[in-house]
Amino acid sequence: MSPRSKTVVRRTLRAFALELVIYAALVTGYFFAVLHLLGGWLVQLETQHIRIYALVAILLMIGQAVVLEAVTTGILRLLRGGRSE
Amino acid sequence: MFFPISHTHVNPIYLVVVGFLIGVLGGFFGVGGSFIAGPALRLVGIDWNFAVGTDLAHIVGKSVVAAKHHRALGNVDLRLGLIMAIGTIAGAEMGAQLIQALKRAGNVNFVVSVVSIVIYLSISTFMLWESWKTVARAKSRNAGSKSGSLSAKSDESAFQDVTTAIQRWRIPPMVSLPTSGVTISLWIILLVAFVGGLCSGFLGGGPGYIRMPSMVYVLGIPTHLAVGTDLFEVIISASYGTFSHAIKGNVDILIALVMNTGAAIGAQLGAISTQYFAGPKIRLAFVPLPLIGAAIVIYTMFSGHKL
Repeated sequence: MSPRSKTVVRRTLRAFALELVIYAALVTGYFFAVLHLLGGWLVQLETQHIRIYALVAILLMIGQAVVLEAVTTGILRLLRGGRSE
Repeated sequence: MFFPISHTHVNPIYLVVVGFLIGVLGGFFGVGGSFIAGPALRLVGIDWNFAVGTDLAHIVGKSVVAAKHHRALGNVDLRLGLIMAIGTIAGAEMGAQLIQALKRAGNVNFVVSVVSIVIYLSISTFMLWESWKTVARAKSRNAGSKSGSLSAKSDESAFQDVTTAIQRWRIPPMVSLPTSGVTISLWIILLVAFVGGLCSGFLGGGPGYIRMPSMVYVLGIPTHLAVGTDLFEVIISASYGTFSHAIKGNVDILIALVMNTGAAIGAQLGAISTQYFAGPKIRLAFVPLPLIGAAIVIYTMFSGHKL
């Protein structure tokens, strides 16, 4: 690995460590807010409308992945002074 | 934390850490990571059927994040991915039918265990030989030069002669893949996808452990593109599997959502890391993954425990 690449890796890892701290705080809040709100409704859906539950499960996974990716990319960009990857 | 759908108590931090580790592996190697996630869920007391179904749901989310990052890096061949989706789904159905036939014959566990051990060991042995040979050849060629060995985007293969011979089979219709820089018969692409789908239906999971190497060695797709395109394929096959398992009551989506919070960040780290490694080095680092899968199967066969 060239010295320039090493500097980039070091900078990325530093930003990543900071990102982890901010992300952990956000995720903790997420557990208590979203999962508690959705939990009851999803259990009911799973017992009464299994096909709708299957569709909602896939949509929730994709939706959460897209939102979390946007959040982490946003934090990373913020920490790196407005520059993306 | 109590998860009411699967009726289990699991520490959410454990789920986040497992998700993170599998996310890193998925982002870097383009694999679903089911051979680790399934046993990891089983380890904390989640029933095997929930472990398999929930793992598939979590794989969908993780693969979306990793594939999006690979797409931004130019590592996804969408045309190849969409063509392969047809073969993958057909293969997955055939694999599931084979499992049903073996269930009726009463020897499903033994046959699946033996086949999976043979496949995992064969992939690891072959990839170790090929990537080791490629890295060694590049080192000896560049021994005198200042540039060292392999650059991050370098992607040669000791198996290149066979790959080129396969690409010469002109069985119409031929498909041009400008992103990958390859023109190849549609039937060869479908065959590779079908075999991947067959393994998915028969052995479970993504299965990136066979599709990613097949794309590199059979289709001649550069490793970085094979990783990204395989993740795109994993989204399709895992979504199909999630739906199928969810309607059978095998998916605890709350567990999958918690795992995905860790996987989202791990998948990003894995995808970014591929920029700093040459193709043969990624393939060399891939070697232990199927071995871990083989070790788990051997353990369950001889101990009688289902991890």
